[in-house]
Amino acid sequence: MATPRTEPARRRAPTAGVPVVEFREVTKVYDGGSVGLEGATMRIGRGEFVFLVGPTGCGKSTCIRLLMKELEPSKGEIHIAGRSLGEIPRGRVPFLRRNIGVVFQDYKLLPNRTVYDNVAYSLQVIGESRQEIRRKVPDILRLVGLSTKLHNYPDELSGGEQQRVSIARAFVNHPPLVLADEPTGNLDPETSIGIMQLIYRINRTGTTVIVATHDKEMVDKMRRRVIELREGRIVRDEQSGLYRPDESTTEFAIRLRGELGVGPEGHPN
Amino acid sequence: MRFGFFLREALRGLRRSSAPALAALLTVLLTALVLGVFIPIVQATTGTANEVRGRVVLDVYLQQGASPAERSEVQSALESTTNVKSVEFISKTEALAELGRKVTDTDEKLELLGTNPLPDLFRVTPDDPDQLAVIEQSLAEQKPAAVDEVRNREGETDKILSATGLVKALAAGLAALLVFASIALVANTIRLSIFARRREVEVMKLVGATNWFIRWPFVIEGVIVGFFGGLLAVLLLAIAKQTFIDPLSDDFALLAAPDTIDFPLLIALLMVACVAVSALGSGLTLRRFLKV
Repeated sequence: MATPRTEPARRRAPTAGVPVVEFREVTKVYDGGSVGLEGATMRIGRGEFVFLVGPTGCGKSTCIRLLMKELEPSKGEIHIAGRSLGEIPRGRVPFLRRNIGVVFQDYKLLPNRTVYDNVAYSLQVIGESRQEIRRKVPDILRLVGLSTKLHNYPDELSGGEQQRVSIARAFVNHPPLVLADEPTGNLDPETSIGIMQLIYRINRTGTTVIVATHDKEMVDKMRRRVIELREGRIVRDEQSGLYRPDESTTEFAIRLRGELGVGPEGHPN
Repeated sequence: MRFGFFLREALRGLRRSSAPALAALLTVLLTALVLGVFIPIVQATTGTANEVRGRVVLDVYLQQGASPAERSEVQSALESTTNVKSVEFISKTEALAELGRKVTDTDEKLELLGTNPLPDLFRVTPDDPDQLAVIEQSLAEQKPAAVDEVRNREGETDKILSATGLVKALAAGLAALLVFASIALVANTIRLSIFARRREVEVMKLVGATNWFIRWPFVIEGVIVGFFGGLLAVLLLAIAKQTFIDPLSDDFALLAAPDTIDFPLLIALLMVACVAVSALGSGLTLRRFLKV
């Protein structure tokens, strides 16, 4: 486990001890020269539920991919549970990923496996015994409400159901950290609520959850910590925040007109 | 448990993407078939060429009336020359008998002459036909007294050497080309079948599978495809050999060429090659998709 479980997870004291995720002045410039993230610094404590919000291309997905060590930061350091990602050699990356559950917008299920096998795969990867797999997989699938679809293939499921499978797969190992990249991006509002509830339930077990989203309604309803990104910079970090900072109707109207006229306000460059 | 798991994964992969697997199997089958036909042909050709080259000899004629002492002196001189494989003494009478086999009515012709005009001679076989000139050179330098003349049947030798050399080079070139084409073809087909599943590999990486955990099933798939492709090819070859080649080999010397590869060896070689290329192809192609 990446997180030493020295104390029971306390939801109300999220920043106690070593932060689960820490970005120190992280900059990511892609090969083509486009900036994914610029000087981002943030700390996310154990058991927190954090929304990363912002328009497309603001660096949300870059954050997620950096945490998976799919990308390397151009500058700065990322620590997970006190350990610098830069120090993890290539060969150990799979072991890092086993401690991070990920949920994607496009589900990323294995198309030629049943629901059961998709979830079982992430247990097989860590060398779990067959009995354990037989015990754990139906459990987690019951938790996400798919106990009747065990033997269906992903293409026989609805989007919401596929996302539930992917959540089950992300959480079946009980990783200390769960990342979700636009988990409701492809779903209707009704289904989205169900998915978000599921992710919230996972958070309630003491798991740190980071959700990248542009689902304004959801963020406003949930009222959790919000980190807002714009063009690669963190422009807001607020406990129990809204998708947009509070603003009056007049302010909104001014901003809207401004954006229509001259492009996004608060242009960093 | 681990191997069982990988095997089940491989079988699942084959079942769920049977079309590309079948394409790979067919490719292996066809190339193995072509190779299986071509290897013996190349071998028979070079074998025949080598046999012809074996006929390149150097005749060392002795002077008429050379004494036995002189004769053995020449023999030992010849035998101690480098590059000489064997030295054969042919007496006048033996030479005459040999001539009698080549030319008809020798007896009548000899009667005209009265005596046997042929000298005693040593037939020197070089260990490498291309070294004939070297032997000749060194003989000319330390020419023993009793030697009358050294002849290498020049025109014949040159022709043999150049013609067989060309045949051998051509056969070797074709064989190399064919082997290269086979490997490229098989690797490419495998690459296509894996390319179709690159998303799957990516997902596996994201849930924390190690490279070898992902790779083993693919390698085993490759082994299975290679094995069955090779097996089918070998079966077809065996049938073809039984029905066509064996009955004909009595009539055609080329087919019965003595130093063609043994059929069991050929089978083993083809099977190993099929399995190895197929498995390596799968394993190596994956590398590109594993870099996530």
